[in-house]
Amino acid sequence: MRAAGLMEAGALLYARDVKLAFRRWEQVTQPVVFFLMVTTLFPLALSPDTAQLRQVAAGVVWVAALLSALLALEFMFRSDYEDGTLEQLVLCGQPLWWLALVKAAAHWTVSGLPLVVTSPLVAASLAVPGEAQWTVVASLALGTGILSFLGSVGAGLTLGVRRGSVLLSLLVLPLAMPALIFGARAVDMAIMGDSGRGPLMLLSAMLILSVTLGPFATSAALKVSME
Amino acid sequence: MEALNPHGLSGRGIHVWRGDRHVLRHVSIDVLPGEVVHVAGPNGTGKTTLLRVLAGLLPAEEGTVGWRGRSIREERDEFNAQMAYLGHENALKGDLTAYENLHYSVGMRQLHDASEIEGTLDQLGILRCRDLPARVLSAGQRRRLAMSRIMLLGASLWVLDEPFTNLDVAGVELFSSLIGDHVAAGGMVTLAAHQGVVVPGATPRIVELD
Repeated sequence: MRAAGLMEAGALLYARDVKLAFRRWEQVTQPVVFFLMVTTLFPLALSPDTAQLRQVAAGVVWVAALLSALLALEFMFRSDYEDGTLEQLVLCGQPLWWLALVKAAAHWTVSGLPLVVTSPLVAASLAVPGEAQWTVVASLALGTGILSFLGSVGAGLTLGVRRGSVLLSLLVLPLAMPALIFGARAVDMAIMGDSGRGPLMLLSAMLILSVTLGPFATSAALKVSME
Repeated sequence: MEALNPHGLSGRGIHVWRGDRHVLRHVSIDVLPGEVVHVAGPNGTGKTTLLRVLAGLLPAEEGTVGWRGRSIREERDEFNAQMAYLGHENALKGDLTAYENLHYSVGMRQLHDASEIEGTLDQLGILRCRDLPARVLSAGQRRRLAMSRIMLLGASLWVLDEPFTNLDVAGVELFSSLIGDHVAAGGMVTLAAHQGVVVPGATPRIVELD
């Protein structure tokens, strides 16, 4: 028996969350299925005309991804809160901001990453040209990351609120707007044949900001919710 | 106000309001090495609230909680490392097996090898449930599993909220003897329970809440 270090504790928490998600398969698949459904309905409802689809593709991919990621956000701390695990995490002697960071990262792995992986498929169904596919993937990877880390603050704050999901969306969506604007812009530029680097850089900056500051706000929010 | 005791856990003049209900009114409590302190009182008198305050999960609106003479707010990490808290909820994941539950929850504080975890499961009489998901265990078995975590943490102070819920007669005896062994080895236990508590080798000191 010996004391667990920061990295070891983080690795265990990450592994636990990912394992739990895979034992509860529907929790992982629900956002992806929603994402795929919404985006594949657009070509059917609008028109199969590629020029027209390309015009709306960036917006559709991004709005659908944002809403799917938002769906999963509520469950980030919910079950830990209900079964008392969160209390044990608070008391485990590891800094809470670190645990919040790890949990947000694990949450991204099971809810954001599947969206990123399936996005080329979605982009293809919306007639996004091959060269722009990478921009779609990159912008969504950054965007879902932003939402996981930013959203963890909201998820922590709304824990004690019964049926907090509406409140959670109201809290998090406005903060995620810049990501939506620049993300969709990057994809749009790539579709038009320009380089989407500028908006992607801005997205990266936002991700760095939310990864570095989010966990501290989340740990404060969790402490308030526990009382 | 009386000074914090330098050897164990002490609460001094604790007040907690819940909304406009004054749940804890000027409660003072001491837990010294080798002592079992039984927080008693009818339902709704704030037993759980008091234990949560003592564990540092809930800040007291007035008063101090001290650990070895210093406020737990200043000595947060040191206090956490020496305290094990068993809450109302068992803090178990239904989708993880008994073994995995301990591996992950204890592992965030201390790394144990498999034989230590299995030894504790055996001590608590649930070794045959090692690879069963916690969700299929009976309520009593889950309580035993939660208690295994307390055992493995090796903390000197145990804060146990209704540890005997859902246990059968043998389970109550087992838990009592574990508590007895712990205080005999110089540990401290504070527990909430509405029934009387008999601990072999120690006489629980009763703190009555009203």
